[in-house]
This record gives sequence, C-alpha cells and structure tokens, in this order.
Amino acid sequence: MSEPAAALSKVVSMRDAIARFVHDGDTVVIEGFTHLICFAAGHEIIRQRRRDLVLCRLTPDLIIDQMIAAGCARKLVFSWAGNPGVGALHAFRRAVEANTPPLEIEEYSHFGMVARFSAGAAHLPFWPLRDYQGTDIAEVNPRIRQVTCPFTGESLAAVPALNPDVTIVHAQRADAEGNTQIWGLLGVQKEAAFASRHVIVVVEELVDTSVVRADPNRTLIPGMIVDAVVVEPWGAHPSYAQGHYDRDNEFYVAWEKISRDPAALARYLDEFVLGVKDRAEYLALLPGLTKRLAATPRVCAGVSYGY
Amino acid sequence: MTVVASRELRDGEIVFVGIGLPNLACNLARSTHAPGLVLIYESGAVGALPERLPVSIGDPSLVTGSLMVTGMADIFQLFLQGGRIEVGFLGGAQIDRYGNINTTVVGDYAHPKVRLPGSGGAAEIAIHAHRTLIISRLSTRAFPAEVDFITSPGNHSRGRSRKEWGMPGAGPVKVITDRGVLVASERDGEMELAALYPGMTTEDVTSRVGWPLRVRERLATVAPPSDEEIRLLREVLDPSKLYLKGG
Repeated sequence: MSEPAAALSKVVSMRDAIARFVHDGDTVVIEGFTHLICFAAGHEIIRQRRRDLVLCRLTPDLIIDQMIAAGCARKLVFSWAGNPGVGALHAFRRAVEANTPPLEIEEYSHFGMVARFSAGAAHLPFWPLRDYQGTDIAEVNPRIRQVTCPFTGESLAAVPALNPDVTIVHAQRADAEGNTQIWGLLGVQKEAAFASRHVIVVVEELVDTSVVRADPNRTLIPGMIVDAVVVEPWGAHPSYAQGHYDRDNEFYVAWEKISRDPAALARYLDEFVLGVKDRAEYLALLPGLTKRLAATPRVCAGVSYGY
Repeated sequence: MTVVASRELRDGEIVFVGIGLPNLACNLARSTHAPGLVLIYESGAVGALPERLPVSIGDPSLVTGSLMVTGMADIFQLFLQGGRIEVGFLGGAQIDRYGNINTTVVGDYAHPKVRLPGSGGAAEIAIHAHRTLIISRLSTRAFPAEVDFITSPGNHSRGRSRKEWGMPGAGPVKVITDRGVLVASERDGEMELAALYPGMTTEDVTSRVGWPLRVRERLATVAPPSDEEIRLLREVLDPSKLYLKGG
C-alpha cells in the first residue's frame, strides 16, 4: 500500500478560524454534552463582537449564558437551559423573563434536537419521532408538527432539519487535515458536524495522520467535512476533556453567583474574555488550574486491526 | 425519599437515571438488593459504574468502566424509543394529580414569572419508559391542581389518557415524596395516597397538595431506612452530602 499524498494543513489560529467562518447573523453550533464544550471558541466569538447569531445547542450551559450576556445572540434553539448539576443560567433567565437583552427562543426536548441534527446530517427535510403527545412543547413551537406514516397510518411527530452555517467541535485529537478522534461522551457532535456547512475542530492535541490510521474506529469526524483545525489545549475549560482534565465544578458553582448579578457577569467577561487576547492569556489568569484538574490516566490497551 | 425510591427498583432492571436523588437511589439499590441494575444516562453511558457521585449527568466518571458509551442519537432512538428502558425517574417544579410534570415555566410561556430549564430528555422518558417514578418533596407550590405547562405527560394530559394518545409506556406509577407515597389509580390514573412514612398523618400529606387528594382506605406504612441503607448513603454514596439534605 502506498502512502497517500500529504493533504494541505487546515491548522489555523482560533482568531482566524472565527474571523473566517463565523459571521454576524449566522446559525452557530458549539456542541458537546457536558463533555468537550469549546469555551475557547465562544470566548473568541465574544471578543470579535459577533452579533445577531442564532445559537443552537441541546444544553446552552455557561458558554451560551456568557454569549447572551455579551450581546452575541439574537435567538437560542435548545432543549435544556440550566447550569448542569448546579441550577439556573441567569443571563438566559433575564433575557427570557425580562427581555434584557431581547432573545427569541425555539424550544425542543433533547430527542427533538438530536432528531433535527440527524435530519440535517442525512440531508432529509425532517425527522420523524414518537414524541410530544400530551405535552405543551409542540403547542408553543409551531415547527414541531405531525406526519402520518404512509405504511401504517400512525401519527408521528416531525421536526425540521437543522443545517447550521458552522459547527464547532472540541476534541481530544485530530490530524492537520481534521480527521478527528473523540472518546468518552460523544453527545451529538457527529450529527451536528455532518449537518453543518462549515466545521471547525478544536483539539487538545494535533497528531500525525498515522496516529489516526492506527485506530480508525475512534474517528468521529472525517477530515473531508472539516474546514479548520485549531490547536487549543484546555480549550474546553471549565467543561472537561476525558483523559485530559476534569470538569471545573468549582467554577460551575461560582457561576451561579456571578451570573445572578449583571455587574459581576460584566466584570467576569471584561477580565477573562475581553481582557485577554487569546486562550493562553486566559490560562495565565488561572494559576494552579492544570494541576488541580489534570486527569488521572486510565489507559485502554487497544485492539488489533490485523487481518 | 432516596431509600424508598431505591426499593422500587428490581434487580436486573434497565434504568434511565437522572442526576441528584435518582442517581443516589439507583446506586443505593445497586449496593443492596439490585446489584444487577443497569444504569443508562442520557449523556450516552450504558451500564455505568460511577466510582464517585456524578456532579452532572455528563460526568466523566460515568464513562470510566461502563459497558458502552454511545452517541445521544443512539440513546434516544435505539434505547428509549426502541423500548429498552424499563424505569425512568422524573422530578419537577410542578406535579399535578395525574403526574403531569412542569419543568419549563412558572406562569405564562411567553411571559414567564420563572423560566425553568425545560425538558431535556424528560418528555420522551415520560412517554417511552415502561414505567416512571416521580420524586419530589411535598408542598402546595410543587403540587398544584394544574401545572402551568406540561413538559412531561402523566396519566391524563390535554384531555386524553395515555392510551388515547398512543403512548408506549405505562406512565408515572408512583410519586415518592418526603412524607408518603402516592400511587396512580388503575382506573383513571389519578394519584392516590397509598402509604405514609412512620409518624406521618394523612393530613401531613393532604394539606401539602393543591387538590382534594384521594386517600386509600388502607394506608400502608413505609418501613424506615435500615442501618445499612443509612450507612451506605452517608458514608459511601454521598459522604459530602452533595444531594442528601435530609432527604
């Protein structure tokens, strides 16, 4: 077997990736279910002062709370808007309860959001699911509709395809072409990436293609659908990266108090987001972080791909 | 509540686990009478054996040592909609007489008094799990005659029964509270007081429910937690009292 010719490197800085692929008014997805949430990308979007974004995410988490407070969002499409394991997202609550700042919402359940990405990824106009009977969720969201099965006559819920302008996925590793390997919780990243017009992958570690080829079952996103690769260790903090670092639960707990007070939230953004030029400067503000949260290794033995 | 919930689980059952008290209840059951309980989390961990108390539903400890880790499309399409989940746990800000649950808004949807997180996976768990268990502390605020918004449908919602809606699962069979246990009537699905905790009176429960609660003729008394159940909860499962605050 001959080695394929080395593909062109897609490695760029976070600043360049956001400048090139995230524009005012875009539909933007930063996925990752508790695991691998790319705060580094969210912060760069805030720094570049993007406006009128339609943000789509199953669990908006702290990053979307920060982006709402920073004035980036026109609309939020979601299924669970809380601070996981802690409580509420207060910038989100102020936007919805008091209209400060105004925020349009479009709400599903997790299954509905997963189904929207699945339809988008498979190039179908909608996805059918057995869901929403007897709930008020479809009553307040006219995009959840009913279809009749042409074979059985059963009435099913249907949700429309979601095809974002850009999806940002954080991962443990990728090669320069964007062949991306993820382990641990996989969320809905594969579907979101395949549904998207553009994909930015942000990794803890850039590896040689031979590392990917040695373990192809671990590849979640193929390089052919990736536009940019950004190398940003600790880029998912305060969320976590399995095998690299644990969730910074202290920060999730602290966010309850910070986000409750708009002035404290503005101070946080000034100091940790707008006041730094990149992720390296952010990490420099958090001494001891890497020691406190570094993962204890639990290495798996691997398998034979021989034939 | 945690102990009572754990006793509802049978060995070998497949449970869709929520975070907080349900998670504790499942791990208590696994340490006592149901070592073969299979814990599935919506985040994608199947057969999880968390070595620490998970702080969120996507905690990394759910992955380490589990039987399978898969994407959320598989969890919702293959496991939940595929009919593989036997028990689901639910809770919420408001619960009504039919076990309809609101985790979306207090007040009007367009202009809410309090905006809550929303469904997450709760709506589809309520529809698909073979049976669901609701856990909640009693108060008239948490148990109004009618919920402001139906996020997760109970035994009768929006004018129809589960059967009329064609829902696959049996719905909420019990509401486990901090004073007694409500059980769904087989006739019409309405929750009825069926058991009291030791030392509690019927009035202790009915006065904290926002509708005239039906009380069964013969009330059972819930057995108090055993020394072993208390020891496991306090010393092994939640020693830092992350979730146990008198529950």
